[in-house]
Amino acid sequence: MTALVANLRQAFAALALVALTMSLYPVAAQQPKSVDPTASAVSEQQLLQQFKTIQGRGSIPDVKSYTIEQPAGRDWRHFHEVTLRWIGAIAILGILAVLVIFYLLRGMMRIESGRSGQTILRFNAAERFVHWMTATCFIILALSGLNITFGKPLLLPLMSPETFTAWSEWAKYAHNYLSFPFTLGVILIFFTWIAGNIPNRVDVEWFRRGGGMIGHDHPPAYRFNGGQKLIYWIVVLGGSAIAVSGYLLMFPFYGTDIQTMQNAEMAHGVIAMLFIAAMLGHIYIGTIGMEGAFEAMGEGTVDINWAKEHHNLWLEQEGARASPDRSLQHPATTPGE
Amino acid sequence: MARMKFLCDADRCIECNACVTACKNEHEVPWGINRRRVVTINDGKPGERSVSMACMHCTDAPCQAVCPVNAFYTTADGVVLHSKDICIGCGYCFYACPFGAPQYPRVGNFGSRGKMDKCTYCAGGPEPDGSMAEFEKYGANRLAEGKLPLCAEMCSTKSLLAGDGEIIAQIYKERVAKRGYGSGAWGWKTAYRETVTS
Repeated sequence: MTALVANLRQAFAALALVALTMSLYPVAAQQPKSVDPTASAVSEQQLLQQFKTIQGRGSIPDVKSYTIEQPAGRDWRHFHEVTLRWIGAIAILGILAVLVIFYLLRGMMRIESGRSGQTILRFNAAERFVHWMTATCFIILALSGLNITFGKPLLLPLMSPETFTAWSEWAKYAHNYLSFPFTLGVILIFFTWIAGNIPNRVDVEWFRRGGGMIGHDHPPAYRFNGGQKLIYWIVVLGGSAIAVSGYLLMFPFYGTDIQTMQNAEMAHGVIAMLFIAAMLGHIYIGTIGMEGAFEAMGEGTVDINWAKEHHNLWLEQEGARASPDRSLQHPATTPGE
Repeated sequence: MARMKFLCDADRCIECNACVTACKNEHEVPWGINRRRVVTINDGKPGERSVSMACMHCTDAPCQAVCPVNAFYTTADGVVLHSKDICIGCGYCFYACPFGAPQYPRVGNFGSRGKMDKCTYCAGGPEPDGSMAEFEKYGANRLAEGKLPLCAEMCSTKSLLAGDGEIIAQIYKERVAKRGYGSGAWGWKTAYRETVTS
């Protein structure tokens, strides 16, 4: 029975085919003799114009290897080898030049009324710890980071490639692992000093008078003046941006593709160069730029006369808060709270 | 002097992955790293094409340019090689490479990455040719023995061509002229700033 049905079906199919061929014969004669196998083929040029990368499907487990072409690396190369070096050189050498000229013209800013011998607590031990933890990390991160951008042209010619590699590898590990205490420091800095760093009208006045940097002006300031608030926000915002972009690079392909990582590297590099330049200014004013400033982060106390000249409103607050039976040397609470 | 290049004739590649396997075996490439891979574009659709891709040994190679420790060097044959003793595993060559060639044994391990590994055009590394140290780091050095890369040598359809750029471009042009079509030398414009036109 089954065989009969199959035979019938075959016979019917053959008949139908004959009929079809006969009816189509004149049309078939006009069709091209060969087909173009590339008629709908993908073209490299077209794919690159459309998507900027060429991706497909492969048979190995490594999914990122399915991208076979991404010419954007050429642009990133130009950024890393040329643009970033210019940005870094201009930012860092520029700020150094400004600081040297400023120092030669102005010298160290003295406490104009001399030291009173009386001191007041400015930063307690916890605050100083947070500052120096972050600062130490920052310096090592900055030097090891600059090595990636400027090490090849500046350091490599001075030593053997093996020595440079040993140093660079050590620097890379330091850069990766010290990012954790640095990021923690940025977070702690944010919470520790946020209270005193909200911009207000006093800062406008402070900036209008150039922070008193020229001449012998002393614009009023609370615990943090306009310039210090600027540094605070550079550290908090710049530090956050640099941490985020850095971690994207430390954990490749965790939610990123190669373009994201190229962009992250560009952001990381540019912010780092500007950050380093800003911190050079911060280091200058905190050390040789101003008498009595380093003590604030050193021993934690400042001279009363220094406080009067640079943070008069803060000193008044502290004086008002200190109970009458206590001297100014031992304020009851942490300043600025 | 020859200028060594790869050329994948995508109209001939049948996606058999023999080049991938040959490469892994010849160089005893570690688990998780593939110096060569075959990728199919528009897989399953009309006009799909498969391309075998590895390091293209670029002219003025971007990896070499961005390496912060100068681990790369280009041989007289135009082959881009690197020293695993100099590499610090920073990942920059990977950001710069247009073909995703550099790979690292420890990606994601707090950025330590390990020493970069990539296609050597079967030409080893800076160690003495054919030495054990060279084999352990980079795999076989066929070029020093007068042989071409194994992936291309054993390609069953001769889709993947390796050898002097001018010669393989000529072979490809003749093929295109004879069969009447060709989807071009994939990656050549990006790698060598030139295309093969017939």
